[in-house]
Amino acid sequence: MAINTEKNSYTVIFAVVMVIIVGSILAFLASGLRPQIDENERFEKQQNILYAMGVSENTEDSGVNFIPTTSVEEEFSKYIKQQLVIIDGKAQEQEEAYLIDLKKEISALKNNEEARLPLFIGEKDGKKFYILPMYGKGLWDAIWGFMAVNESMTVQGVYFDHKGETPGLGANIKLRYFMDDFTGESLLDGNRYAGIAVAKGNNDPLNQDKEDNEVDALAGATITGNGVSAMIKETLKIYKPYLETIRTN
Amino acid sequence: MALLSKKDANLILDPLADNNPITIQVLGICSALAITAELKASVVMSISVLFVLGVGNVVISLMRNIIPSKIRIIVQLIVVATLVIIVDQVLKAFAYELSKTLAVFVGLIITNCIIMGRFEAFALGNGPWKSFLDGIGNALGYGVILIIVGFFRELLGSGTLFGIPVLGDPIAKTGLYATGYENNGFMIIPPAALIVVGVIIWVQRSRNKALIEEA
Repeated sequence: MAINTEKNSYTVIFAVVMVIIVGSILAFLASGLRPQIDENERFEKQQNILYAMGVSENTEDSGVNFIPTTSVEEEFSKYIKQQLVIIDGKAQEQEEAYLIDLKKEISALKNNEEARLPLFIGEKDGKKFYILPMYGKGLWDAIWGFMAVNESMTVQGVYFDHKGETPGLGANIKLRYFMDDFTGESLLDGNRYAGIAVAKGNNDPLNQDKEDNEVDALAGATITGNGVSAMIKETLKIYKPYLETIRTN
Repeated sequence: MALLSKKDANLILDPLADNNPITIQVLGICSALAITAELKASVVMSISVLFVLGVGNVVISLMRNIIPSKIRIIVQLIVVATLVIIVDQVLKAFAYELSKTLAVFVGLIITNCIIMGRFEAFALGNGPWKSFLDGIGNALGYGVILIIVGFFRELLGSGTLFGIPVLGDPIAKTGLYATGYENNGFMIIPPAALIVVGVIIWVQRSRNKALIEEA
């Protein structure tokens, strides 16, 4: 029997059936894989936080090599001594603070609601690292990352990531040659929290000047670079009350 | 006996040269511009499109007799979006690192006009096996151009291939850079892809005059 595919009733039924089939396939898949995906995302956050404080498997010339997922949980509890939540400038300890969704907290802050800002204190070789999460926007979509600072507000390491920046251009913010430049840069300009600007034409491609609050920009990725600068500024703004309490110089 | 009949073989071979989706049909230009700044991204995108177009063409071909023609474009869109999301979710669960590399391509694959174009022009009117071959052929034709463009843009723009420096170190001035050579920053930005694609079209048409349209 041939079906008359031109009839309106058939078209409607076809559409409804198709949507139901496709919808249930996707729903089953998404809920079935959810636990696995959540765990992957948890490991990734731990890897990123550790990376910012310099705990990774990087060698001199390698790319970005995280602590493997098999041992990251162990290493995370070894190096991260405290997980804090800052509410209204007051810090209190909270377990699993790293699972807080910074995006929501930042928008809460913008609406003058109570925000819980996570911060992690790591310790390695007797040195203390204060690791700030960051969240901002690049050219196409979200960018985020972690920045480890010490008591004198010098950057000890950063990690950046992005959702959909252009491969080969903006996506290079997560490559070592860009991220490594931030290490050693001072966040302060005198007493002001100036942050670090991703600057075009700062005439310092080797990044020898660590006091200029600038790193060399990526060619062809101006907007992503500006996004990184803005993200660092924003992070410093919201964490400033806490940073003032730990600052030593 | 040959593995494929001559007609079937042509389904794969034609899009590689004389009926190339990018240089002849001028489809898929948007993604050819967007992601060819480096070779690795070109290769990843080619493989993704190969998979989606191969499977998608078969699915559409199997459904071709029951799809109401009034809503066929939406049906095609749903099929390709579903396929891409399934792949994305499975990778996120079992190959997380890979899924992060691919995340940016998901949107680009769904909106790639080559995919919709082949569904519409071929899979709706042909059987699954032929559609599969057509999908593979067109994805390969697309991939070849992407890889050529990616090769030149990364080599001339950054002096690297797959992220590995091949011309020396531009900052320490070693290798070719010692002679005064500089990377061409222009190659990194998307318009450079148009120029490379243009050169490919030029070369292709001057080798095969039959491809030149009447003015």
